[in-house]
Amino acid sequence: MFEKGGKFEKLHYLFEANETFLFSPASTTKNKGVQIKDAIDLKRMMMTVVIAMIPCLIFGIFNVGYQHNIATGGATTFLSLDNFLFGARWVLPIVLASYVAGGLIEVVFAIIRKHPINEGFLVTGMLIPLIVPPTIPLWQVALATVFGVMVGKEIFGGTGMNVLNVAMTARAFLYFAYPSQISGAVWTQLADATPVDGYTGATALSIAYDTSTAGSGSVVSALGDFFSLNNMFMGFIPGSIGETSTLMALLGALILVLTGVGSWKIIVSVFGGAFIMGAIFNAVGLNGFMDLPAHYHLVMGGLAFGAVFMATDPVSAAQTETGKWIYGLLIGMFTVLIRVVNPAYPEGIMLAVLFMNVFAPLIDYYVVQANKKRRLARATV
Amino acid sequence: MSKIIKLKKGFDINLAGKAEKKISSSAHPDTFAIKPSDFIGMKRPKLLVNEGDNVKAGTPILTDKMQENVMYCSPVSGEIVEVKRGAKRKLLEIKILADKTIEFESFKTYSLSDINGLSRADAQAQMLKGGVWPNIIQRPYGIVANESDTPKAIHISTFDTHPLAANLAFTLQGAEEAFKSGISILKKFTDGKIHLNHDLNAEVASVFSNIDGVEHNKFSGPHPAGNVGVQIHHLDPINKGDIVWTLTPYAVAQIGKLFLQGKYDASRIIAVAGSEVKAPQYYKTYVGSAINKFVENNLNSDHVRFISGNVLTGERIEKDGYLGFYSNMLTVIPEGDHADFLGWIMPKKNVLSYHRAWGLFSFLNGKNKEYVLDTNTNGEDRAFVQTGVFEKVVPMDIYPTYLVKAIMSEDFDNMEALGIYEIIEEDLALCEFVDVSKHDIQHMVREGIELMQNG
Repeated sequence: MFEKGGKFEKLHYLFEANETFLFSPASTTKNKGVQIKDAIDLKRMMMTVVIAMIPCLIFGIFNVGYQHNIATGGATTFLSLDNFLFGARWVLPIVLASYVAGGLIEVVFAIIRKHPINEGFLVTGMLIPLIVPPTIPLWQVALATVFGVMVGKEIFGGTGMNVLNVAMTARAFLYFAYPSQISGAVWTQLADATPVDGYTGATALSIAYDTSTAGSGSVVSALGDFFSLNNMFMGFIPGSIGETSTLMALLGALILVLTGVGSWKIIVSVFGGAFIMGAIFNAVGLNGFMDLPAHYHLVMGGLAFGAVFMATDPVSAAQTETGKWIYGLLIGMFTVLIRVVNPAYPEGIMLAVLFMNVFAPLIDYYVVQANKKRRLARATV
Repeated sequence: MSKIIKLKKGFDINLAGKAEKKISSSAHPDTFAIKPSDFIGMKRPKLLVNEGDNVKAGTPILTDKMQENVMYCSPVSGEIVEVKRGAKRKLLEIKILADKTIEFESFKTYSLSDINGLSRADAQAQMLKGGVWPNIIQRPYGIVANESDTPKAIHISTFDTHPLAANLAFTLQGAEEAFKSGISILKKFTDGKIHLNHDLNAEVASVFSNIDGVEHNKFSGPHPAGNVGVQIHHLDPINKGDIVWTLTPYAVAQIGKLFLQGKYDASRIIAVAGSEVKAPQYYKTYVGSAINKFVENNLNSDHVRFISGNVLTGERIEKDGYLGFYSNMLTVIPEGDHADFLGWIMPKKNVLSYHRAWGLFSFLNGKNKEYVLDTNTNGEDRAFVQTGVFEKVVPMDIYPTYLVKAIMSEDFDNMEALGIYEIIEEDLALCEFVDVSKHDIQHMVREGIELMQNG
């Protein structure tokens, strides 16, 4: 019925997507060529990334509740059912909004373009909720997802053809279209409760920036106990839902690297690049932010999450192995550069990733060009 | 100077059902076939016999109108029982019912010392007429060599690293003299070197080691270390304008026999292997043998796929089908037309994967585990997403992903610059196996090669 010429021919790929979700297809190899195939497929690869994000998601759910309680004077144990339920109440609708909106666009394009529904969205649909504040209106999530999938991916030809990371495109859209919902005191879901005295809603990066511009002493002491190195590493701080915890991002990194799905070269070089840039600023030392010890940069903001889940997106990253080193290194360096030098953007990882997405093909071009030159050099004709 | 080259990249596929090193005399196929489609690059096959004709081993059956001096000869003596044609009268198979005892067309014989004095022109004339020429393969393109070319080198790989592959030295037993003479003949065709490329991790069989005046190179590493294309890349890469010839050891011995014994000897020892074969072992038969006798009462199950050749580069044939001209093995594996509930996420340990993505635990099994793999594609066609994997299974300084993309966009300059002259299908076969997005890489490679040839 859903086959070519059938009554619901147009819905063939929707049907196929559902069927292959339940059962792996019974298709066999062709007459000529490889007669056996590797057990991997794109679904499994994408699900590996989703699984790697689960620690961040669960931690994020707890943390939304935890930050709410801290800000409103509630209980301050982290692992409590109360925190989890409060967090789930606010996080799960965002996840749902992202999957529904993005899934719809995928299906529509699959039907128009007559191609199977690609599994890439399994990952994007989870990434977007993890990089937005818990207070974001759901319609903005849906709109940003639609924008990200259409402008970031579909206009370039769909999965595998996109230049920009889809989730980062969606995030950038929110940042520039609705700045008041994604900057300022949006990182804690207060849910109409009254905050305690002294609550500012600031993040580590905004404190660092403000202290530095005011010229009022050391950033580390301004960060205080709440934004201690340990708390920032663990992630007990306000921020986007899934990206506060460096530890959880590293756990995800471990899954990605062990399974070979994410490039360890990119992850390592992003951290390396950020550290190097931080150390360079330490040496220059013109203001408080520049004096911030380089390793603080690795646990602040979204660097870890971005390094593990955004920079490693195989489609928008550099594709050659040499290129991956350069690509990651520059993302790390640009992130810290933007943080410290550019007053308009407290967090640099988003722009750094998007910027390097654009340059990744150029990096690859030169790596591949070197290969061509080696070949040409030995030819005599 | 002979070289030792250790390769790291690649992937060994360890399958169950390896052929035991013994030659069975229990099966005697009586029909044989020549399939024009086996000869890649043959544009216009021309039939030289009719149904009902009697032929001898070495009687020309077929030629290519584009290269009419090259004779494709009958492997056995007997009667042409069927000329099978497909749509638009395309020539599919020429079937020959073999005599009980094989009679041979006779060609001029030479002693070992005569062979040394033979001129290229005389040797060439006998080889073209005597059916051995189609075994000389030209790179680039992987097509039957052009008789007017002088290759810059000739490469012969003495080992095969494909899954379940036949042991080449074992299939060449008793052919020491012939192999030696074959090499002497080949020396007349090139001013460059003849490379014999051996397996570093095995003792080189005497049939190969007793050869003088050639380069003896050694290679180690996982598949495709035994592929002659990979070896050429590391020894003396093919540049634009270069012509290189490659032969299998079998082809070399066959050339030797043509001169020593004056006959086109198409007898061949083949391996019958794979998890569905009850008694995997070697058989003595002739080129293009029907497979029914090998599999009769010799299968573990009914729902199987018969493959002429190995599981990476072979071709599916029917139970009443024939081995290809270049195939020295028959592989039988289970068909995989089964749907698995949630098969895309369930943990799998017994299904081989190069990857280690979630639930794919085959890497825990170690290298000695033998797999029973079926023909299921384990997924469907998708856009290119994963990167860096093709590069890990191709031990050459080539970017397969970029090359394949250049082919897809018919970008001639880039195909050339990225190394299309250096590869044929088999060199990228592992890419097709490991590909997450399930593309037909080998088919694309051939399309690219044809574009380069014709464009």
